[in-house]
This record gives sequence, structure tokens and C-alpha cells, in this order.
Amino acid sequence: MSATPKRVIPRLLQMVLVIAGAYFSFILLFDVLLGQLIPKSLLTMYMVFVVAGVVMVFTFTEEGAQELAGPIKALVEDPSRKMVRNVVFVIVPLLAGYYTYSSMLPSFEAPVELRTIHPAPPNKFKAYGKSYNLATLENPYRKFEKEDPAKFKALVKEGGDVYIKNCQYCHGDKLDGKGPYASGLNPTPLNFQDVGTIAQLQESFLFWRIATGGPGLPAEAAPWISSMPVWQEFLTEDEIWKVILFLYNYTGRQPRSWSHE
Amino acid sequence: MLTQNIRNFCGAFVLAMAAMFMLSAFAPEANASEPTAATSAAAAPATATAPAAAAAAPANPAAPAAKAVVFPPAPKLTASDYPTIPGVNSRVAIWLVAQLHLWFGAFVVAVPMFVFIIEVIGMATRDERYDNMAYEFIKVSITAYSLTAILGGLLAFCMILFYPDLFKYMALIFKGSMWAYALLFFAESAVLYMYYYGWHWLQGGNRKWVHLTLGLLLNAVGLQLMFLANAWTTFMMSPAAVDAAGVFNGDTWAAIHNFLWNPINIHRVVANVAYGGSVVGAYAAFKFLSAQKKEERAHYDWMGYNANFIAIAALLPLPFAGYYLTAEMYAYSQQMGITLMGGVFAWIFIIQAVLIGALFLSANYYLWCGMGRSEGAYRYNPRIKYIAFVLVIAFLVWFTPHTLVLTNSELKDLGGPYHKYLGVLGIMPAKNTAVNYLLVFTFLSFMFYRRANKIATVSWASAGNAAQIALFTAGLINITILGVYHGYFTNTVYKVAASVPQVLTTLVIIIISVVIDAFMYKGAKDVAPLHWGRMPPRSQYALFLLAVSFTWLMGLMGYVRSGIRQHWHISNIFRDGSPDAFTPGLGYVASVVSVGTIMFMAMVIFVFWLSTISGRHVVAKGYWKEQQA
Repeated sequence: MSATPKRVIPRLLQMVLVIAGAYFSFILLFDVLLGQLIPKSLLTMYMVFVVAGVVMVFTFTEEGAQELAGPIKALVEDPSRKMVRNVVFVIVPLLAGYYTYSSMLPSFEAPVELRTIHPAPPNKFKAYGKSYNLATLENPYRKFEKEDPAKFKALVKEGGDVYIKNCQYCHGDKLDGKGPYASGLNPTPLNFQDVGTIAQLQESFLFWRIATGGPGLPAEAAPWISSMPVWQEFLTEDEIWKVILFLYNYTGRQPRSWSHE
Repeated sequence: MLTQNIRNFCGAFVLAMAAMFMLSAFAPEANASEPTAATSAAAAPATATAPAAAAAAPANPAAPAAKAVVFPPAPKLTASDYPTIPGVNSRVAIWLVAQLHLWFGAFVVAVPMFVFIIEVIGMATRDERYDNMAYEFIKVSITAYSLTAILGGLLAFCMILFYPDLFKYMALIFKGSMWAYALLFFAESAVLYMYYYGWHWLQGGNRKWVHLTLGLLLNAVGLQLMFLANAWTTFMMSPAAVDAAGVFNGDTWAAIHNFLWNPINIHRVVANVAYGGSVVGAYAAFKFLSAQKKEERAHYDWMGYNANFIAIAALLPLPFAGYYLTAEMYAYSQQMGITLMGGVFAWIFIIQAVLIGALFLSANYYLWCGMGRSEGAYRYNPRIKYIAFVLVIAFLVWFTPHTLVLTNSELKDLGGPYHKYLGVLGIMPAKNTAVNYLLVFTFLSFMFYRRANKIATVSWASAGNAAQIALFTAGLINITILGVYHGYFTNTVYKVAASVPQVLTTLVIIIISVVIDAFMYKGAKDVAPLHWGRMPPRSQYALFLLAVSFTWLMGLMGYVRSGIRQHWHISNIFRDGSPDAFTPGLGYVASVVSVGTIMFMAMVIFVFWLSTISGRHVVAKGYWKEQQA
């Protein structure tokens, strides 16, 4: 068993510095360097695990745990530290009180929202006066991707025309959700370039969402917030399928499917 | 003579068991010849709905021509069809009872699995400590077994009481397997009691073989029981052999072998072992902390180590079994898949990720603390911080949600609900990659622990270490490439499929490392004798945390599995017409599951306490009348 080396920085302070370092690294990385802030809720979750990991590393040996707890024990038990103890015992409850006060203080900010981006689709839905089964519904033009690439290209182009005439005002001409009207909407329109949006979905899901729009969202988990028009009132069924081809083609994504072909 | 008797007895028992299995095979035929309404009429409560009764009428035994079974359509219920008891919330009552039954059931199905393996190890190594440990584990499960049975009965009672029409509908379809279930339960009880009470009797030579056979039989029956119950549950999620009106048109096997049956079977077998390991780990921790003697502490420390080993060993394949189950659910129904992973249930998966994080961290922490048993561990201590760093980073990826919880100002700043950089961590390829890192580095912790007290003496030790470093490096690169390339630059088929080579890579790393270590540390020198019992109390709380996290996690995911049916009793064919036919809020769910977890842990501590008092013997001097010699 080796002797515990004399440390320049006390172990407790080391631990606090590591935790503070991790906290400010997140802020620096996201808020400053990458220019996309890290949400408070996520940062809190991150820090819970960072603190857990750091405490584990500092306490897995008996010597480490004792060295860490030493100053805390001394603060409570050592008669020579009466003054420091009194100061700490005043500051800690004050900080807790301040935290409680700030948390309870009424705010004009709207409450945090757990918004569901991808609503669960129904098994069947009605559009264009007929019933569609989402489990079996397929894009009738998808087959041309392999069977007749020239025709497929022409269909994609037609879909692009429909998109530019109808969709780009909100979803953007780069399909990144930054169309001219986007800033007026909350929540903002979906960014199709994001790997977590259309690439995660089957074409039948897109058809349902486009055809029935915001009002067609399911009753479950209502109320929904969506400015999506009911496109079956403005576009034909064919136009919707073509625009779906365009969405995937332009973004370079493939619709979710279960076959390798 | 005794051996002969045992053989005869075992032979008769095996025959009886075979007969029981055959019985379930005949069940479909029994269905075909039995008039359905005979049982249903007997079981039908006064609240049976008119359509159901009308539909059942043609199959009434009073009609002589009714030979073939005509199943009724799924009843269309209204709130008044559900009996209520003032002051009792039917859904919460059945939710808690079912969950408590499942927790105990998982425990008692799992314990015999690893008890059997431990017994085999003891037999092969002739190390009695293993035999004693296996006995102690099964002793704990005996009391839990009674509670499982009581809660199972209570669950059936609650089903009949609160959801009579659903129970009747299910019983009509599954009556063959329900009958087999009841018989198997008797068999399970008989074998378990013989296995436990015969432990010290069936020792040595052929007797030990007989005992092991009983253990094997116990596991076979236990798993059969679980598979049957799984069929009922999965039928409610993915009904098979039914038309749109809910008219059943198949046989019992068709109903059992529904789309999600096998994925759930696999997931539950693996999860149960991990869960059982964690609960007996908590038992060992309980005994360790209350031990008065050094020898007792050493014994329970060793037991806790083995329990943690079992839990981790089963935890390694668990994320993949879970992923397979979820992928199958998505394949079965786009609606279920999106509700699970992208819809309202997605937030529960974030909590799940946090709890799995707690599991891995506590298991690793226990291993790191365990290195304190060895004098040679100091060589490895400086490396632990790097493992911890990777584990924490992997967790951050593991639980980063795709859709963030944002304040209005954050939403405006980010320009939408997705984060440009963190958003990519929110989907499954990132999670799969992270979880493989978690597993590989948890295994690394275990390797360090195993090596801590040993010094390799083979001449090729350096080359062996270099090969292992190369293996880990190549494996991690492969996992990363599979995750990044297939996850983000190919379509979803390959994205989902890439998880298979990822896990295979992890398994290859683990298996080859174990093989190399086995040869490299053959005849290795011990640094010093291991100090079993030299563990800080906080390490034992890590074992408790493991059990509590597992329990909470099972409760939460149990809700997800059941709640995914939303407003359906049986997905898309039998609508829930009760006042509770809505998906509760996440806070409410968390509260119910938390209450269930507290109830279960209280009952488990009661079980632990019972095992403590069973060994106590008080000599009550002067209390008993002295007997004449």
C-alpha cells in the first residue's frame, strides 16, 4: 500500500474544479464556439451525470474518499474552525433560500413544453374521399427509382415544382425549415435536412401529414400546435406523392423501409 | 435402495411433466370440440354486453348442430360495462398488482437459472462455497415465490373484478394455454420445493446429478410459464388470427405465436437474469452491512461480487434484446413505433436512458471499489478516471433527446426544436454506438478488476497485452464507423441492421479478450491473498442502487409496453371503453411506478429479513417444562 502523496490542491477543491470546468466547457463549446446554446434542461441532465462520474472517480478508493471527506469532517468537528463553520452554516442556507426563491418567483415566460414532433399516426385515415391504410400505403412512384430512372427524375422535378410553388415559403428553398414565413411561426417549420426528420419516417407517414395537415393530427396527446395546411384541399394525390419524392431526393435521404431492395 | 427410489420418483415425475406438456399441445383440438359458450357462459359476469352475448349465442351447447367453434367479436364496451368499487381506481389497482406480480415473477424465474449454473460450477470445481451460495440464493427466492403466487392470484381476481369482458374474451381465446398454465404452476411448485428442500439430501455422486436434473426441470417449467403469460400480453399488443371485428379464427398456437411473442420472450429472459442478479446483489449487500463478524462480511462480499457479475453479464446483451424488441414493434406497427420513439412515450425512454446510466455507473463503481480487495490494484487505479470519462461521455450521448425541452427563448435562439449539433445524438445510431462503448468499457473495468491481483508469468505477456490493445482499438473504430456511416449516410434498413455488426464487434472484443486472458494468466502469480470483506459500505449502496434502478426501470418500461396500446385493450380490435381509456401524463406515470417500486422494495426487504430470522435460534431458558429423561 503506497503512502498518500501530499497534494498541492486539496482533493475536495480538485473535485469542485473538475465539475465547474465541465460546466463551463459545455457553455463555452455550445454557446460560444458552436453558436448553438445548450438548453438549460439538457445541461442540468448532463451535469447530474458529470457530477456522479466525478464523485465516483474521487471516492472509489478508501484513501481517496477519506481525503475528500477530510475537510468536510474537519469543518464540522474541528474546534479551531469555528469561524469558518459559522460562515458556511450561514451561507449554505442562504444559498438554498435564494435558489428556492428564484425557482418560485412568478415569471412571464411561457412554461417549458414537451412538444411531440412526430405524432403517432393512425392505422387508417380518410382523404380525397377514400380511406388509406398507413400500414400498407406506398408511394406509387417509388418503383420508378430503379425501373425507369429517367421517368423518376422527371417525377422528382415535377415534385420540386410543386414544392417551390407551395411549400418553400415555410420549409425553405433548401428544405432546411428557414423559408420566408418561418420566423413568423412558432414552432418553426420542420427542417427536412435534419437526419432526425423525414429520414426516420415512411413515405406513408409523410403522405398522411401533408394530406391532412395540422387539423388531421390525432386526438390523442392533443392539443397540437401546427400551422400545416390541409394540403388535400390544394394539391392532388399525385402531387403529394411527387413532392414526397422530391423531399427525399433533394435531401439525399431514403424513406424508412423494411426491405433491403 | 435410496438411489433406486430417487430414480423411480424422478422417472415418474419426468413422465408426468411430459404429459403436462402434451396436454398443451392438444389444446387446439380441445378448442375445436368444446362448445365455447359453455365456459364463457359460466364465466360471464352479469355485466356482459349484449353484442358479446348475442355473438356467443350460436356456440351455445343447447344448439346441437354447433360443432365448430364460433368465437364472438370483440365487445364494444361503454363506461357502464366496467364494474367499479367506490374509492378504488381500477386502472391503478390492476397496474400496481400486475407490476408487483411481474417483479416477483421475474425474480423467481431468474434465480433458478443462475442457481443452476452456480451449482454446476460448484460441482465441477468441487468448491462447496458455490453450492452454499446457490442454496442461499434459492432460499431467498422461496419466500418470493409465495408472494409471486399471491400476487398472481390477486391479479386474476382484479381482472375478473374490474375488466370482466376483457378477461372473458381473452379466456375464450387462450383457455387451452390457461389450463396448461395452471398445471405448469403446480409442476413449478412441486419441482421448486423438491429442489430446495432436497438440497442437502441430494448431495454427492449420483444424488447431485438428480438434484441438478431437478434444477434443469425447474428452469424448463419456469420458462414455459413465463412464455405462456407473455403470449397473453403480446396478443393484446399484436393480436394474431383475428379479423377486424375481433373474431378469433385460429387455434391457441396461432394466438400464442403472435408477432411480438418471441421478441418479448428473448428480452424478458435476458432482463430477468440481470434483474435477479441485482436483487440477490442487494440481498448480499443487506447481509454484508448487517454482518457482525469478519467471516460473514467476507462471505457476503463474495456473494455480492458474484451477484454483480451475474447482473453485468446479463446486462451486456440486454440493450440489444431491447432494441430488437422495439424494432419489431416498429415493424409490426408504424403507429406503435413512432409513439414509442418519437411520440409521447419518447420522454419515458429518456428517463429509461438515465436509469440505465445509473445501472452501468453503479455496476462499474462496485467493480472499482472491489479493486480495494487486492494489494495489486494500485497499478490500475490511475486508469479508472479514463474509463469513467468515456462512460460519462457515452451516457451523455445515450440520453440526449432528439426533441429538446426548451423554454420559449431557447426555442427562438435555436430556431426550432432541434439542436444543430446535439440533434444528431438524439437518434438511434448514436445511442447504439454509445451503448457499445458503455459495454466495452464496462468490460474493461471488469478486466482490470480480474487482473488487479495477478501478475502474468508467461513469456508472451507483453505481446498478449499489445494484441488486446489492438483488439479494443480496432473494435471501437469499427463500432464508430458502423454507427456514423450506416447511421447517418444510408437508409433506415442499413441503419437498423448496423446495430447487429456493432454488437457482434463488442462480443468479439469480449470473447477474444477473455480467451487471451485465460491463457495469459494461467499459472499467474497472486500479488497477495484477496481480502474479501475489505469493501467500503458505499460500495454496498451501489449494489442497492443497482437493484432499485432495475426495479424502477422495469416498472417504467412495463408501463410503456402496456401503455403503447393507448385506448385499446387489444390493439385495434377491442377498444377500451372505460373512463381510464386515456394515456396518463408522464408525471402521473412516474408517481405510480415510484409507488410500486417502493412497495416492491419494502416487500423485498421483508423477504431479506425473513431469511435473517430463519437462521436465528433463541434458547428460552425456563420457558419450557423440563422433560424427564
